[in-house]
Amino acid sequence: MEVRPLPAIEEILGPSPGQLLRRRIFGHKGLMIGGVVLGTIILLALLAPVISPHDPYHQSLTQRMSKPFWQSEGKWDHPLGTDQVGRDYLSRLLYGARISLLIGFSVALISGVIGTALGIVAGYFGGRLDLVITFVITLRLSLPFVLVAVAVVGLVGGSLKVVIIVLGLLLWNRYAVVMRSATQQVRNQDYVPAAQAVGCSTLRILLSEIMPNILNNLVVVATLEMANAILLEAALSFLGLGVQPPMPSWGLMVSEGKDFLFFEPWLITIPGVALFLLVLSINLAGDGVRDVTAPENRS
Amino acid sequence: MNALLEVADLSVDIPVAAGELHAVRCISFAVQPGETLCLVGESGCGKSMTALAIMDLLPKVARRSGKVLSFSRKSLLKLSEREMADIRGDRMAMIFQEPMTSLNPAYTIGNQLMEVMFRHRGVGRGEARQRAVFLLEKVGIRAAESRLNQYPHQLSGGLRQRVMIAMALMCEPELIIADEPTTALDVTIQAQILHLLKNLQREFHMAMILITHDLGIVARVADRLAVMYAGQIVETGTAREVFANPMHPYTRGLLSCIPVPGKTKRGEFLGSIPGIVPTPIGQTLGCSFHNRCSWARFDCARQDPEIRPLSLNRGYRCHLGPEVLKKKGQAVLP
Amino acid sequence: MLIYTLKRLALAVAVTLVVSALSFGLLYLSGDPATAIGGEAATDADILFIRKTYGFDQPLIVQYLTWVGKTLQGDFGISYYFRLPVSQIMATRLPVTLILGLTSILFALAFSIPLGVIAAIRPNSWSDRLALFLSVMGQAMPSFWLGLMLIVLLSVWLPLLPPSGTEGWEYYIMPTIVLGYYAMPAIMRLTRAGMMEVLASDYIRTARAKGLLSRSILFKHALRNAIIPVVSISAVQFGFMLGGSIVVETVFALQGMGYLAWESIKRSDFPTVQAVILVFAVIYIVLTLLADLLNGWLDPRIRVN
Repeated sequence: MEVRPLPAIEEILGPSPGQLLRRRIFGHKGLMIGGVVLGTIILLALLAPVISPHDPYHQSLTQRMSKPFWQSEGKWDHPLGTDQVGRDYLSRLLYGARISLLIGFSVALISGVIGTALGIVAGYFGGRLDLVITFVITLRLSLPFVLVAVAVVGLVGGSLKVVIIVLGLLLWNRYAVVMRSATQQVRNQDYVPAAQAVGCSTLRILLSEIMPNILNNLVVVATLEMANAILLEAALSFLGLGVQPPMPSWGLMVSEGKDFLFFEPWLITIPGVALFLLVLSINLAGDGVRDVTAPENRS
Repeated sequence: MNALLEVADLSVDIPVAAGELHAVRCISFAVQPGETLCLVGESGCGKSMTALAIMDLLPKVARRSGKVLSFSRKSLLKLSEREMADIRGDRMAMIFQEPMTSLNPAYTIGNQLMEVMFRHRGVGRGEARQRAVFLLEKVGIRAAESRLNQYPHQLSGGLRQRVMIAMALMCEPELIIADEPTTALDVTIQAQILHLLKNLQREFHMAMILITHDLGIVARVADRLAVMYAGQIVETGTAREVFANPMHPYTRGLLSCIPVPGKTKRGEFLGSIPGIVPTPIGQTLGCSFHNRCSWARFDCARQDPEIRPLSLNRGYRCHLGPEVLKKKGQAVLP
Repeated sequence: MLIYTLKRLALAVAVTLVVSALSFGLLYLSGDPATAIGGEAATDADILFIRKTYGFDQPLIVQYLTWVGKTLQGDFGISYYFRLPVSQIMATRLPVTLILGLTSILFALAFSIPLGVIAAIRPNSWSDRLALFLSVMGQAMPSFWLGLMLIVLLSVWLPLLPPSGTEGWEYYIMPTIVLGYYAMPAIMRLTRAGMMEVLASDYIRTARAKGLLSRSILFKHALRNAIIPVVSISAVQFGFMLGGSIVVETVFALQGMGYLAWESIKRSDFPTVQAVILVFAVIYIVLTLLADLLNGWLDPRIRVN
């Protein structure tokens, strides 16, 4: 009678949850690409003061409209050319990344706090509180928010701070909706009444039972709203109603460059591509996080 | 008499993450016109997959293979989707387990009934409507005319299942496959539906494959039965033969699990078969029942047994002969 | 169905009231509107005069109610800039935006629904990946940039379309593409998800067991159920488009409501700004109401008791 060797213990037990998660993260192409690109942009933005070849605000009328390196007259002095008042485009691009990322993170944070709080409260307590909050959400949804954002910023005066506050106070509705339904689902699980039976305070239940289970929903919405905020700020700045010159907001750069659309197209293509890449990487990373942590929500 | 449905060496394999899942393993059986064959077994034994394989309704990832799969002497194995669709609903019909979700909520009962006739018979609205009303009354639904305009959500589970039966009968099929038609219904309704099915079958001269896990149902309606275990058929025969004289250890185990009023003492443990079903994924070594069998011998763990015929259409899958099995089992396992 | 309708109607009215109050309140965001109108050279006497003429000295609630009263009669006030009734100005601009919105949503639906259906019936095929790719791309593209790129492409390199203006139907083509493109990812994903879910349901299995043809199963049985959420999301997207029109109309110099809003904000023309916001909000509320009602009507479980 032959004796078959026992399989290794790892084969029997299977991979650990940590290993499984790591495998899924690295195997997910979208998450990897998005994460790498986003990480690169963040790194470049953080290092902007160090790696920018020139001061982004420094104007030089002799150097106006010099071409980027891929065109025949391009010089390496200004690798991405200069704009209509001679400012180095590469430097402006790098500093612009700081603005976009700052806006993205701060708006996502502010609106996240507002929306998540509203959503969790509505989902957990239900009843009249839920009705009121749902009404408020419906209200907010009915406001054509681009218009309102434009109007408010236009009336109050545009600046980085104003843009962040206005967007933060307006973009919370998706957080609220998603967190509310996620909380409702979690509230019906058995461990919530179990915690209540043991005598945990409401706050404690909210923090230790509900929050961890809806965290991945939160991350997904946060990435979406971050991308949204960045695009909105760009649109506002493009309309002249957001960040004011001479700050190197990418949207503003497109707006300033649009008069030179025909002969100096790089003035608008470069910031446009940068915006596109940033938003794309955020979306990919967000989708990736959702796929990896809860693939059943894939849509 | 030539069999209506002939199945030989039918297999269904599904690739899954852990390997290849063998849902149905080389089964063979036949159904005569007008007879009721019951496929009995526990959940996961492959009986639903068998039905889906016959109708070619398997999920896309599943692979069906077999030597013979013929209906009315015409092979179903190589038919195109269109040809198969022509047969489904017309000559072969199927009733499913879940009446609550098996009807489209967006259309009326009448619409869903009549479209079967429009599809296969090309008749006008009047004739289709007449037939629908006729069948609704046949399945015991009163005020059939007005029911035609109702939506599924307006009917109870039992009523919906009756509608499903009527729908299956619209084009007078020769074969009906009923996959656990009463499992999702109340016990009181179960008996009614079964009774109904049996009567309709007799009246319309249909053959029926009834899939169930409930031996009580088998006793009431089956002409012949096939016991399935782990994707294989382990015993066949007429209901009377198998119930009176079960041969395969699994069948014996099943029958001994049923408490008998009068015989089973109070407080006595309910019978059960020790062990668990082997995994359907990957290769199985030897007889699939050997790890739970009281008669298991050395070679049971090494070789998969063939069906041992006892008479025409009566057999069981085992290495051991009936004389050995008559004695009480003493396992001799390596 | 009746109760459903009444509930939705009541909600719509309530929301409209609050929104009107909010858009009215916008006026006061920039501080004292009288000063804003008067400008920097205005004296105190001028400002007092402005306050009296425009009624800023009245209590807020009175101002609000007067405004609501006039609005219900179609009087949106006089534009500070044009010196004309706002309603008159909007009458010429509103059709442009509505037409743009309509063509954009139709364009989006015409592309997204078939794409979503195809992606659903062949998951993980090249068509599915293509659809997903397009939707990912679409969500990341800034609309103003896409508009400018299209102008470069279709008005400069290949002089096919006019870059700006409102004179004829050609002027709407590029704006439609830009505005519609933004709605496509959401509609396509929803159609795909909805179809995939429906196609896996039991009643589709029944339909197949009845021998119905795949054409019939797909369009009669599946799509009919999957399309229900797409209806509401289309209304929502249309609302977004109204908001997004401000950017697109500005890029293409299309004389619509969005462009009007932008110009008026720059010129501190408050009555016009208030009116535009209110009109857009009301359109959106009405649309959502209609979408909700249509939703209810499409689902027999709501329509019939």
